[in-house]
Amino acid sequence: MIEQLDYKTLQHLWWLICSVVGALFLFLTFVQGGQSLLWQVAKTPTEKDLIINSLGRKWEMTFTTLVLFGGALFASFPKFYSTSFGGAYWVWILILFTFIVQAVSYEFRKKPWNIYGSLVYEGLLFINGVVGVLLIGAAVGTFYTGSNFQLDASNFVTWTSPLRGLEAALSPSVSSIFNIAMGLFLVFNSRTLGAMYLINNLELGEIPEMETRLRKACWQNLILSLPFCLLIVASLLFMRGYGIVDAQGTIEIVSFKYLRNLLANPWMLGLLLAGLGLLIYGVWKTAKTTETCGIWYGGLGTVLVGLTVLMLPAYNNTAFYPSKVDLQSSLTIYNASSSPYTLKVMTYVALGIPFVLAYVAYVWWAMNRTKIKIEDTGDRAAY
Amino acid sequence: MIENLDLGMVNWARAQFALTAMYHWIFVPLTLGITWIIAFYHSIYVKTGNEEWKRLTKFWMKLFGVNFAIGVATGIIMEFEFGTNWSNYSWMVGDIFGAPLAIEGIFAFFLEATFFAVMFFGWNRVSKGFHLFSTWMVAVGSNLSAVWILVANAWMQHPVGQAFNPDTARFEMQNFAEVAFSPYAINKFTHATSSSMLMAAFFIISISSWYLLRGRHIVMAKRSIVVAATLGLLASVFTIFNGDESAYEIAQVQPMKLAAFEGLYEGQTNAGLVAIGLINREKKVYDQQEPFIGFNVHIPGLLSLMANRSFGSFVPGMKDLVYGNAEHNILGAVQKMERGKKAVASLDAYKQAKKADDKAAADVHLASFNEYKEFLGYGYLNKPEEAVPPVALSFNAFHVMVILGSLFPLIFLGYLYFSYKGNLAEKKWLLGLGTITYLLGIMASQAGWIVAEVGRQPWSIQDLLPTTIARTNLTAGTVQTTFFMFLALFTLLLIAEISIMVKQINIGPEEN
Repeated sequence: MIEQLDYKTLQHLWWLICSVVGALFLFLTFVQGGQSLLWQVAKTPTEKDLIINSLGRKWEMTFTTLVLFGGALFASFPKFYSTSFGGAYWVWILILFTFIVQAVSYEFRKKPWNIYGSLVYEGLLFINGVVGVLLIGAAVGTFYTGSNFQLDASNFVTWTSPLRGLEAALSPSVSSIFNIAMGLFLVFNSRTLGAMYLINNLELGEIPEMETRLRKACWQNLILSLPFCLLIVASLLFMRGYGIVDAQGTIEIVSFKYLRNLLANPWMLGLLLAGLGLLIYGVWKTAKTTETCGIWYGGLGTVLVGLTVLMLPAYNNTAFYPSKVDLQSSLTIYNASSSPYTLKVMTYVALGIPFVLAYVAYVWWAMNRTKIKIEDTGDRAAY
Repeated sequence: MIENLDLGMVNWARAQFALTAMYHWIFVPLTLGITWIIAFYHSIYVKTGNEEWKRLTKFWMKLFGVNFAIGVATGIIMEFEFGTNWSNYSWMVGDIFGAPLAIEGIFAFFLEATFFAVMFFGWNRVSKGFHLFSTWMVAVGSNLSAVWILVANAWMQHPVGQAFNPDTARFEMQNFAEVAFSPYAINKFTHATSSSMLMAAFFIISISSWYLLRGRHIVMAKRSIVVAATLGLLASVFTIFNGDESAYEIAQVQPMKLAAFEGLYEGQTNAGLVAIGLINREKKVYDQQEPFIGFNVHIPGLLSLMANRSFGSFVPGMKDLVYGNAEHNILGAVQKMERGKKAVASLDAYKQAKKADDKAAADVHLASFNEYKEFLGYGYLNKPEEAVPPVALSFNAFHVMVILGSLFPLIFLGYLYFSYKGNLAEKKWLLGLGTITYLLGIMASQAGWIVAEVGRQPWSIQDLLPTTIARTNLTAGTVQTTFFMFLALFTLLLIAEISIMVKQINIGPEEN
């Protein structure tokens, strides 16, 4: 079966797989959202401990999914890996920093002799929750707005802005507004998800006031994310995009490119609308009822929205990593991918992914079927 | 591109990668080894129901947790640094190198991440059996991740299963099985994981010895030592054997590395292995200075035996490998560079002809390229002497590793012997030595990686891609800035980690 797949199908398949991993990562940013909510919804040390111990059992999943997203892109679209990571240097270095400090903060925060004190580690978690997600969002924004790079005959990258990627958010331009909007949407969405997850995972019977704060935060963050969401959707309907216009792979600016992509692939429009609908339904269930299952609707909604956001700039003959300074250097799923042989090998490997998802789901169920209580935070193994 | 080469940037990027890798490798071997030992302790607890084993398991688990977090933190940088500092490398070999990294993510990291939470927090949440299974899965996951990253590293040392595609201007995978099951990768994996097991054993012995010296947690310390010393002895003997196998493999595919870490300038039959010697740091491959300063001892024939499995065999020296040796049919870097330059020129001409749509000329240049393509990497060297890695650093690192590695089985044997006699607690000299064994293990292990990576220079991919070409187009100042950012961050985290670890050891298992 896999042997029969042609190169083009493999390239589409692997962009889909990378998009699924990326979309799952966006769902799992409920960890980052929860971290950035810490000081807002937890008013006592016990409340803080509860939140940290809930998120602390899941931070590694988010982290690992991010690493896999990077690994999958490296294996299947190495030209993107080399161009973006080597080019937009400062963006990726800063993202890395926020994730390095996250990794130790859970383990170190409450341990005696941790040198810097709990507050510092909580601050690092906040930075990861806000700055990390914001930058990742802005980086995703450049899939639509383009970047400042040029590739030579050997496909080696030269970045034309001295800000090395930070110009995506700092340069005074419409592109920056779009990129920042994408980042802020993801930040507020992660906070919405964080509140939903904590409502679902914590036993809050003894501290109803924190439950009230969490449900309120869920609603507030949805409201805060909406303007950015609307700005992004409206922009996508009117934006020019970077299209492949002939069989040689020539790239040209195409008006209403992303609207055309949505109309050419109505299922993507369906995914986007279903995703947004589910997200809002999940928030409504959490904020306006006493239900705790909103995270599942919100999570699925985020995955569907994430899938659309990642597939829309790549499918239908579109350059997913456009160059603003040299159109023909733009990356497409056709010119940036690995060889057919490698993509086939990786497709065989990907057959194992459902098995991985199955045991992750089982363990998730086994560990989450009992909610986390205040007494769990007294355990010496606790964070 | 090459004309604009900023060597300062390349060196800073190398320094940054070395910094990250060396920090990472302080924590990783402990994770790789101690997860098996904890799984072993946990199994004894589940089998016997003895609470003492549970306390012991939880104690070592807690120390592992502190170590694990910082290992993860330093690990993510390694993956992304390939892109940020070595973007040309990522493009040139991403078609091959990316696959093991992705497989590592899919199969190993998820196993580790998923069951890690169960291992730590599953005591009253899941069944005893599933909890134990989770502990074993963390060990399997950690070591599976080592498999794939070492497959990737082994491919950099011995690039099999690939071919250069002149149309895409990159190396592409031709045979995944050759990449995944290369003998070099197997040796690398067995050597790295068995040495990690002995380091974990030393970690446990260091702390347990300190407890015995202080007269604290006597029972736990003795039990921990017996298991750790048994596994450590097996691992240390195995490490010596597969280390020898690694040396043989290096002699076959990276003879320059072997010559450098033995300080062998002139090729010899019946070549001796240096037992003691002070390498002459000033000596160059083209001068007549003595390779060693003053007194040195060679064990006759042992290097020939190690390199070729035959006492009387010829082992090429650095001079043979740079300037060639017709008598022994060895091509030197000089000859390889000539051919490499032809490959580079043919490749450029092929690209031009293709661009001009001149198919006949393109075919001619392609045929010429194919004739010389195996020497492509040498075409980018400026002078043949560049093919020699830093000799003194390679030599010293190799000998530190070998001397310490030979000592380790004796230490484990000593612990087992006195444990068997029942008077270990009275052997203060051994316990004193025992407290620093973990540091000795770290030294040996770090030295091993210096041999592997410094010895591969000037190549990122042996013979195919020089480090100078593999870099990202960044200024030296940019990489310098991030180097010091990482250095400061890692050091701050390491200080916190050591402090927490010391406190946890001081608290001991009772309170845990």
